[in-house]
Amino acid sequence: MSAYLKLDHIGKTFTRGSASTEVLRDIRLTIDKGEYVSIIGHSGCGKSTLLNLVAGLTQVSQGAVLLENQEVNSPGPDRAVVFQNHSLLPWLTVYENVNLAVSKVFAGRKTKAERHDWIMENLTLVQMAHATDKRPSEISGGMKQRVGIARALAMEPKILLLDEPFGALDALTRAHLQDQMMEIHARLGNTIIMITHDVDEAVLLSDRIVMMTNGPAATIGEVLDVPLERPRNRIALASDRTYLKCREAVLKFLYERHRFVEAAE
Amino acid sequence: MSLPATKSDVVVAGPFKPRPATVVPLAAQPRRFDLRGLAVKVAQSVLPPIVVLAILLGLWQIAFSDPNSSLPPPSEVWAQSRDLIVSPFFENGDQDIGLGWRVLVSLERVAYGFGLAAIVGVLVGALIGQSIWAMRGLDPIFQVLRTVPPLAWLPLSLAAFLDSRPSAIFVIFITSIWPVIINTAVGIRNIPQDYRNVALVLRLNHVEYFFKIMVPAAAPYIFSGLKIGVGLSWLAIVAAEMLTGGVGIGFFIWDAWNSSRLTDIIVALVYIGLVGFMLDKLVSFLGALVTRGTSSN
Repeated sequence: MSAYLKLDHIGKTFTRGSASTEVLRDIRLTIDKGEYVSIIGHSGCGKSTLLNLVAGLTQVSQGAVLLENQEVNSPGPDRAVVFQNHSLLPWLTVYENVNLAVSKVFAGRKTKAERHDWIMENLTLVQMAHATDKRPSEISGGMKQRVGIARALAMEPKILLLDEPFGALDALTRAHLQDQMMEIHARLGNTIIMITHDVDEAVLLSDRIVMMTNGPAATIGEVLDVPLERPRNRIALASDRTYLKCREAVLKFLYERHRFVEAAE
Repeated sequence: MSLPATKSDVVVAGPFKPRPATVVPLAAQPRRFDLRGLAVKVAQSVLPPIVVLAILLGLWQIAFSDPNSSLPPPSEVWAQSRDLIVSPFFENGDQDIGLGWRVLVSLERVAYGFGLAAIVGVLVGALIGQSIWAMRGLDPIFQVLRTVPPLAWLPLSLAAFLDSRPSAIFVIFITSIWPVIINTAVGIRNIPQDYRNVALVLRLNHVEYFFKIMVPAAAPYIFSGLKIGVGLSWLAIVAAEMLTGGVGIGFFIWDAWNSSRLTDIIVALVYIGLVGFMLDKLVSFLGALVTRGTSSN
């Protein structure tokens, strides 16, 4: 299996004036096609920076991001991002928000009718087909996030990047969306990188969990395989031994070996 | 499931389902209520200004009813300038026309000058808002130029255009463009990074970014600039027309002053005020229409 996405010795240093801060150092990671990888770590450890580097929204200082052996250093729809705060355009309806992406990405490749079907297909996938004419201010936070996911999926990305996608939602909505995300992943087989700070979410959803050390100069501390069968059921897993062991491993990493130190910020 | 059955053993509850039918009369009732509410609302917003206006007119009448007073009372305004008040659109010859026509002529100039200022202002503001260095370099200059009174531009523009019509339009343009530029630039600076990221991921080009992200995102700012701009241009046109002549409302005031028709001036002032008010409301209305949903997130 050749690497689908390869993070090759990535480092990132932010420079402001004479002061420079090394945020990430020597990140090495390969991700296979169809894999669901979570990145977990304490806040301020550079998780989001890492995701922005993969998205191309931030430029790497050292190393390279390789997607199918091609270096990527600018943003593009092949690496669609679902932002933490949904970032839907408030002046567009749900349909128009997805349409903005679809009409840009599939310009010349799909006819108008095909594009419409594709928009509706993606909105149906996240169960938002009933609210096409609503504006973002008229729907709930969970619904906004679902539309954000539909917009990202509609770009047919090679990699789906989720930046704490369920972080701002209440626990029940979050669980519901997690289940939906698993369903979508099972159906479409997307390659997904998800940033999270929720241990249960990471174990439930991922094939592998990448655990980051604390910054500055954060790097990958450990990578944990989650050998759980899919489809996964959160209730059945609640007492599953493998699940609990994985959970314990992540917790130990986060709270024993790499405890969050305020001064390290 | 069994509990409710024992509580009220009405198993007939199933057939008793035509509840949706009761919704129909419910829908009609609030409409009648609304009408009454609307009437109350209109009365609340219309009656107070009418009462205050009546009191002010009364005070004015009392203060200037002395035959030796320097300014005419309302009764004399009505007596001498009734034709101007009653029929805004009469035409008795070249210079003897209703104030409605004059206002339209002035509005046409404003439309040219302000329309140009709106287009150029938004484009320049968009350019400046994108570049921190353009902002730093140009903002102080704009802040200074912004304070130059409209009429101070008139001699220069007369010298440049050698004609009064384009000069008046230029004065409007140059007076009303600054708030548009400055507000647009600020609005564009304040576009959230999220929207920029969306545009980057989608690889929108400059034209698409301008129309699909920038203008709608900055629309609330742009429209507050336009609102200030239209007010300024209405100020400028009256002043400019007083000096350049023609058939506009500004020149009418100057003409009336030269032939000592004070009551006509008072009527013209009311016209100018009302039209300025309507211009302001028009831009506000357009803004509300365009920015629907933009500011709320």
